Amino acid sequence: MENQPTTPSPTELRTEEFVVNIGPQHPATHGVLRIEATLDGETVKDILPHLGYIHRGIEKMTESMPYKQSIYLTSRMDYLSAHINNHACSLAIENALGIEVSARAKAIRIIMDELQRLTSHELWWGSCAMDIGAVTPFFLGFRDRERILEIFEANTGNRLTMNYIIPGGVMRDVLPSFVTDVKELLKKIKGYRHEYDQLITGNFIFQHRTQGVGYLSKEQAISLACSGPVARASGVSCDVRKHYPYDGYEKLDFNEVIDYGCDNWARYLVHMEEMNQSIHIIEQLLDNFPTGEYRTKIKGIIKLPEGEYYQRVETARGELGVYIVADGSNKPYRMKFRTPSFSNLGAVKPTTVGLKIADLMANMSTIDLVVPDIDR
Amino acid sequence: MKSLFNYIKEVVYAFVSLAKGLLLTLRYFVTIRKVNITEEYPNNRTTTISVKERFYGEVVLPHDENNEHKCTACTLCQIACPNNSIQIISKQIETEDGKKKRVLDKWVYHLDSCTFCYQCIDACPQDAIEMKNSFELSVYDRTKLIYQLNRPGSKLKEKPTVKEQQS
Ligand code: SF4
Ligand code: SF4
Repeated sequence: MENQPTTPSPTELRTEEFVVNIGPQHPATHGVLRIEATLDGETVKDILPHLGYIHRGIEKMTESMPYKQSIYLTSRMDYLSAHINNHACSLAIENALGIEVSARAKAIRIIMDELQRLTSHELWWGSCAMDIGAVTPFFLGFRDRERILEIFEANTGNRLTMNYIIPGGVMRDVLPSFVTDVKELLKKIKGYRHEYDQLITGNFIFQHRTQGVGYLSKEQAISLACSGPVARASGVSCDVRKHYPYDGYEKLDFNEVIDYGCDNWARYLVHMEEMNQSIHIIEQLLDNFPTGEYRTKIKGIIKLPEGEYYQRVETARGELGVYIVADGSNKPYRMKFRTPSFSNLGAVKPTTVGLKIADLMANMSTIDLVVPDIDR
Repeated sequence: MKSLFNYIKEVVYAFVSLAKGLLLTLRYFVTIRKVNITEEYPNNRTTTISVKERFYGEVVLPHDENNEHKCTACTLCQIACPNNSIQIISKQIETEDGKKKRVLDKWVYHLDSCTFCYQCIDACPQDAIEMKNSFELSVYDRTKLIYQLNRPGSKLKEKPTVKEQQS
């Protein structure tokens, strides 16, 4: 018969590209993010992230809320940096009103910020190792994070979305035992630090999965507006705490962690060293913890004078910018958040194209995306 | 020859690094009793679970032994709440000396939409409401999560007058 298909010989075997949707419900994306990956065999040819699955319209919601109320929404953007998001918003409002907060409030805020960075990086360490295939670190990371969350629970009442840092200071004074609690906690955490290295940093498999994988050059990091550990691992100096210090960071002694490796391993090392720096910062503040007012009283209804205000802070993931356009009423005319995860998401494509699909997970985990922070 | 040597060295290093990690697992396996971090639930929870004093569980309106609360029905908490979880329903009553007065009729709390942000308690000028650290609040139907916080028959606690304070 004429139409009978002929079996192709191996030399003329025809292949075609294959599109795989990863997500929106996928354990490795840590949230509802869909990634459309074009594959050639196992090699990734193209990456197209689709956003919007957890878009809650936080920016629009703030326009219908008085300033004081809208702050609690920002805890829900990057839920692993809830304190730091609240801090950014409060600072923007304080700058607009020209309020100076007390030394005690500043110290509490920075300690909370750095503890939050520790929780975030500990969770990141666990989930990063789990994405690459190790399960034990996940439990160890959570175990240490739990200790810090207990401090949050005892002092701020909430464990994840605190709404603790407010314009004028903090919501409630810390407990009298706060300083001793945190000192004890830091001692415990420092005792556990060597386990992280023993289990993962020195692990041969982990090193080979990360070293030389996921290259993001300095030029790419700058042009994609990456920030935080992602950019610092590519040799970009971008720590807001150093360049635009706020609330007394300028008086503290700490190093900006920069690595020039540009790969997953470098990003891993930056995260690990940042945890040490956070511990160092907290220790300095605990030694002479200021007494006095924890809150400057401000009027019940906050009205910002007409104008535009911008404030940036360093969250666990990078630079968070809060941009407020005020029209003189008690509600913002427009509030815009420049979130770090959104910009860092752009780094997924250049790091992954040309590598294998399994490396996509490794890259995404070291870039440390929080999906509600991307969508807002 | 040299590459073979390097290969063997790498294999040995790999095994050593894995053994180091496993050693940690082994240590926890042996000392599990001492570092047990799992808490029993729901059995024995009254003795094992420690909920922090400040934990934000639900908003309560404390009453004293005379069934009196401190709420003046000023609705400041209702205004402060970002998601309308509070409804203050007040009524007009006539006092004994003939004056009209606005008092609290119903303090309605929607636990189902509350986000535990503490802003209502922060806004209350009378310190009438508090956060309680209860945590077993789940019910089968969300309509059951709407509570009336003031007890039936309760009334406003009179502020002690200057004379009473002195005596
Ligand atoms: S805690 Fe917040 S959300 Fe809940 S009732 Fe009070 S103001 Fe409303
Ligand atoms: S609880 Fe406090 S703020 Fe709310 S109506 Fe009563 S007195 Fe006013």
